[in-house]
Amino acid sequence: MPTVSMTVNGKSVSGEVPANTLLVEFLRETLGLTGTHVGCDTSQCGACVVHVDGKAAKSCTRLAVQCEGAEVATIEGLANGADLHPMQEAFRENHGLQCGFCTPGMIMAAVDIANRHGGKVDEETIRHELDGNICRCTGYHNIVTAIAAGAAAMGK
Amino acid sequence: MYEFDYHRASSVADALSALGKAEDGTVISGGQTLLPTMKQRLASPSDLIDIGSLDELSGISADGNGVTIGAATTHATVAGSGDVNKAIPALAALAGGIGDPHVRNLGTIGGSIANNDPAADYPAACLALGATITTNNRSISADDFFTGLFDTALENDEIVTGVTFPRADKAAYMKFANPASRYALVGVFVAKTGEGVRVAVTGAGEDGVFRVEEMESALAGDFSSAAIAGISVSSDGLNNDIHASPDYRAHLIGVMARRAVDAANG
Amino acid sequence: MSESGIGAPVRRTEDQRFVTGNGRYTDDINVAHQTYASFVLSPHAHAKIKSIDTKAAAAAPGVVAVFTGQDVADAGIGGLICGWTIHNKDGSPMQAGGHPALALDRVRYVGDHVAMVIAETLAQARAAAELVAVDYDILDSVVVTGKAKDKDAPQIHDEAPGNSVYDWAIGDKDAVDAAFKAADHVTSLDLVNNRLVPNPMEPRAAIGDFDPGTGGYTLHTTSQNPHVARLIMSAFLGLAPEHKLRVIAPDVGGGFGSKIFVYAEETLCVWAAGKIARPIKWTSSRADAFLNDAHGRDHETMAELALDKDGKMLAMRVKTVANLGAYLSTFSSAVPTYLYATLLSGQYNLPSIYCEVDAVYTNTAPVDAYRGAGRPEACYVVERLVETAARELNLDPIELRRRNFIAEFPHETPVIMTYDTGDFGASLDKALELGDYADFGKRKAASESGGKLRGIGFSTYIEACGIAPSAAVGSLGAGVGLWESAEVRVNPTGNVEVLTGSHSHGQGHETTFAQFTAARLGIPMDQVSVVHGDTDKVQFGMGTYGSRSGAVGMSAISKAVDKVIAKATKVAAHLLEASEGDIEFENGSFSVKGTDKSLAFGEVSLAAYVAHNMPEGVEPGLKEGAFYDPANFTFPAGCHICEVEIDPETGTTEIASWVAVDDFGTIINPMIVEGQVHGGIAQGVGQALTEGAVYDADTGQLLTGSFMDYCMPRADDLPSFTLGFTETVCPSNPIGVKGCGEAGAIAAPAAVINAVTDALNIKDIAMPASPATVWQAIQSSTKQAAE
Repeated sequence: MPTVSMTVNGKSVSGEVPANTLLVEFLRETLGLTGTHVGCDTSQCGACVVHVDGKAAKSCTRLAVQCEGAEVATIEGLANGADLHPMQEAFRENHGLQCGFCTPGMIMAAVDIANRHGGKVDEETIRHELDGNICRCTGYHNIVTAIAAGAAAMGK
Repeated sequence: MYEFDYHRASSVADALSALGKAEDGTVISGGQTLLPTMKQRLASPSDLIDIGSLDELSGISADGNGVTIGAATTHATVAGSGDVNKAIPALAALAGGIGDPHVRNLGTIGGSIANNDPAADYPAACLALGATITTNNRSISADDFFTGLFDTALENDEIVTGVTFPRADKAAYMKFANPASRYALVGVFVAKTGEGVRVAVTGAGEDGVFRVEEMESALAGDFSSAAIAGISVSSDGLNNDIHASPDYRAHLIGVMARRAVDAANG
Repeated sequence: MSESGIGAPVRRTEDQRFVTGNGRYTDDINVAHQTYASFVLSPHAHAKIKSIDTKAAAAAPGVVAVFTGQDVADAGIGGLICGWTIHNKDGSPMQAGGHPALALDRVRYVGDHVAMVIAETLAQARAAAELVAVDYDILDSVVVTGKAKDKDAPQIHDEAPGNSVYDWAIGDKDAVDAAFKAADHVTSLDLVNNRLVPNPMEPRAAIGDFDPGTGGYTLHTTSQNPHVARLIMSAFLGLAPEHKLRVIAPDVGGGFGSKIFVYAEETLCVWAAGKIARPIKWTSSRADAFLNDAHGRDHETMAELALDKDGKMLAMRVKTVANLGAYLSTFSSAVPTYLYATLLSGQYNLPSIYCEVDAVYTNTAPVDAYRGAGRPEACYVVERLVETAARELNLDPIELRRRNFIAEFPHETPVIMTYDTGDFGASLDKALELGDYADFGKRKAASESGGKLRGIGFSTYIEACGIAPSAAVGSLGAGVGLWESAEVRVNPTGNVEVLTGSHSHGQGHETTFAQFTAARLGIPMDQVSVVHGDTDKVQFGMGTYGSRSGAVGMSAISKAVDKVIAKATKVAAHLLEASEGDIEFENGSFSVKGTDKSLAFGEVSLAAYVAHNMPEGVEPGLKEGAFYDPANFTFPAGCHICEVEIDPETGTTEIASWVAVDDFGTIINPMIVEGQVHGGIAQGVGQALTEGAVYDADTGQLLTGSFMDYCMPRADDLPSFTLGFTETVCPSNPIGVKGCGEAGAIAAPAAVINAVTDALNIKDIAMPASPATVWQAIQSSTKQAAE
């Protein structure tokens, strides 16, 4: 069985996993980081979005072995101790979540949007950029509001 | 996903060697199409040979004639490339519209064209711009490369290493996305290059990407949407599925082509 | 209003764990020594099982056990049940076929469960499942609703001749027929209410566990109603006695109805855990969810509205064929009957209504309640008819509605409902104002100058929430009562645990219920925690569906809070040496009228637990429970206005604007309520424009079996919504709330299709009005115009 080593949320981790282990399975099953979710099997829903080397990626469409040496960031690593990340705070403040299942992937995607578009990202851009994330609860209205607010807060 | 052996190639040569040794090996680059296929147990390669992190396959270079993009270059990199945006902005825009942001961060141009999904975007750009696909042992013109549904001229021991796109005088890509998958239901790439005008269509054809010669001739004389307004594309050989009838696809080819010409004319 | 009082947009308590990745969903849970289950599913829509060979699977690496339908039958485990008996027109009970958790001799839809493979790892279970060899004799299948009763249609259940589950009717047929004869105008529509796949983002999952030491079973599962699941598994399936079966529904990632029902998988995980004496975990893939989660809607309807020359509605006649799939799911039979036809009066004074419903079996996934459950179908019939009638009569659709609005309450409809309160004109007026209806013409002209077609559609909907009272639903065939329970446990230090039989899977009960309780008790909200979703903690509950948690669940809490205050008042009076009648309870303080003597809530609770000085005859402690059985449904109503802009070249429809004005009675937390409306509208827009489950008519294969082919609304498919509220307080419960969870999904489809048909100037269009469908409709109407 291959051994895979990577940095997850700033910590070095390694594990022996079958080659066909997906990154999301490595995170959830090997590392016990269950904040990253699986909502589909066709790479559409984005519940599994994490950051790999600083960029948003679907952890259900990446093998753990492909991430050898990579820096992976998950929802669990976003907050600074007890202080929520501005994007987490924006989702809470703007009711950008209901059942919470899509939320980790949605927030990781949102941070990526803010990283690329800055603090003044407009509604149309946000909606377009959410192409790879499906939410069934919110109708996106408050998610879009939250991302705009979160991006603005990150820009400060 | 079935079990397989994984090899991270250290070079193209190493990848070819591993491919040669494997019983039923497959090359993986970004894996954004291959992995979902394997997860659904629709593909079961004995070996995965990963070329995604090879520096020799990554990167973009430009000269007066056009741009050359390494096979393992991601869609996001192409979309954001200053060289590509300067030389062929339509190509950068096409790359920026593939899949979704997360897919674009991993999916690569080499993987996309080697797979030749009938609804993929890049094949339309390759064909319309008259691109040259480079492999480890030869160069293949786009006209010869895309041979049918999920089928290319690639031999079993051949790996795409890069794609060279000639600079276009005018070009644009218009995609009408499948509402569900966001793949191209119909995508039309229109390009005016030194070699003439080409109109390539993806998403619609039963055999994958194809050219619309009647439109090309009309546009060669008059590169305006009015020149092709009267041309109706036959629905013969177009895909029929729950999302679109052949007639609707044929109609959309006309609409997307006209919009692409308008966009190309700025 | 204080920052956290009733009516304040308090931020959600549960969000802290959800935004940090600390939610605890069923698949996040692992139990020591657990095994994994994979199911062998039927690849055929209809087939006889000639034989099942499990030898190779059983011998595969890591396999712990393989079970077939025969094993389950031999163990005496009963089949899955439908808990609501509908009666045919002749008074006889419906024709229900059996539903074994694992098929015995026949499979009836693609995805039907054939065998269960349990192994040490999930990969091993899946690999071994592929080794189960099933020899099928393929039979003809029928998947199309309107063809199920054809003479040559294959017979799906021996118990249901002609694939008829029931033929049911409501209303006065003779009166309706007479009214139609006398009518000046009749509007007719043939409508299809498209089949939907609920698709909560969390796929279903279950972990069955058995403790040989106690003989007790534990099931972690993605359920909207863990107690009902336990009751059914215990009383009807015989898995374990109720007191030996603990069902836990932890964080659940959305339900929308699909997680109400008791399915084969969790049932088998419980049973098999006992057989192998090890925990068994199963998590659905999205692909399996498409095949096996109960679908929604799927009606074919002929609807007619009779009017006089002034546009006064005289009568409605509706004939619906409802597709219930291959087996009757838990509450499936009630959806196209009592949850549907009883709402056909809409917001209108309709002297008579007659509705016939034929429910049929087909070789498709079971169909059951999905957000709105029957009411979206009813609203679609009513609001499409009304809008179409207005166009035919050349009347403003708003004017036609106004002429027929019910204005006096209570109002008894011809389809057994008694609307308790409402003000339909008020919500319409407010929506017209918010939507700037006066300037619609200008917006239409602007769209046209850009080559786009603009249309406007209205939906003045009404729905019924908090289905009740228990005796009434019982008389209509329900197998259970539809009350709710609650317990309010005051701890000695004065903080409070509220135990509720409702279940939150996105609705924010941990916030709303705490907000309500804290306001009632006058204590800070962080002094209240809400406990739900565990049969070992909460005594009983009917769960969450049908927008019942506010009206029924919170009313039970309200009753329990009343009892706590009553008892605390006794204790306080005793301690303050005053008579009970002189005690006032306000802002968390018990005081003696006209004096400065008072005790804080926490002081009284401590005294009740220390119990050194209790009034005579009063027990120590401060904990009260209540069961609340509502007197009536609640009737949320309102007006949604949708404007669309259509690209006639491609057929693409964009929602240009959306205005919703809803009357939900008293609102506890407007932020949460608005979120519910947003989500409901999105699902309704999905039904109207993007979503539709399609089976291949020949093979019975599900063609829309993934997000690649089933179009879930994405952020760029939807606009921002403009919301407003009007309020008529619900007189049927102590809080005055109505219910908000389904309104959007109920109102939206008709609003969208009314707008699309307005833009295209056509009578009707099928849902989903996808670009291809709209383009085709434009071609047909252009062709017609040319002829």
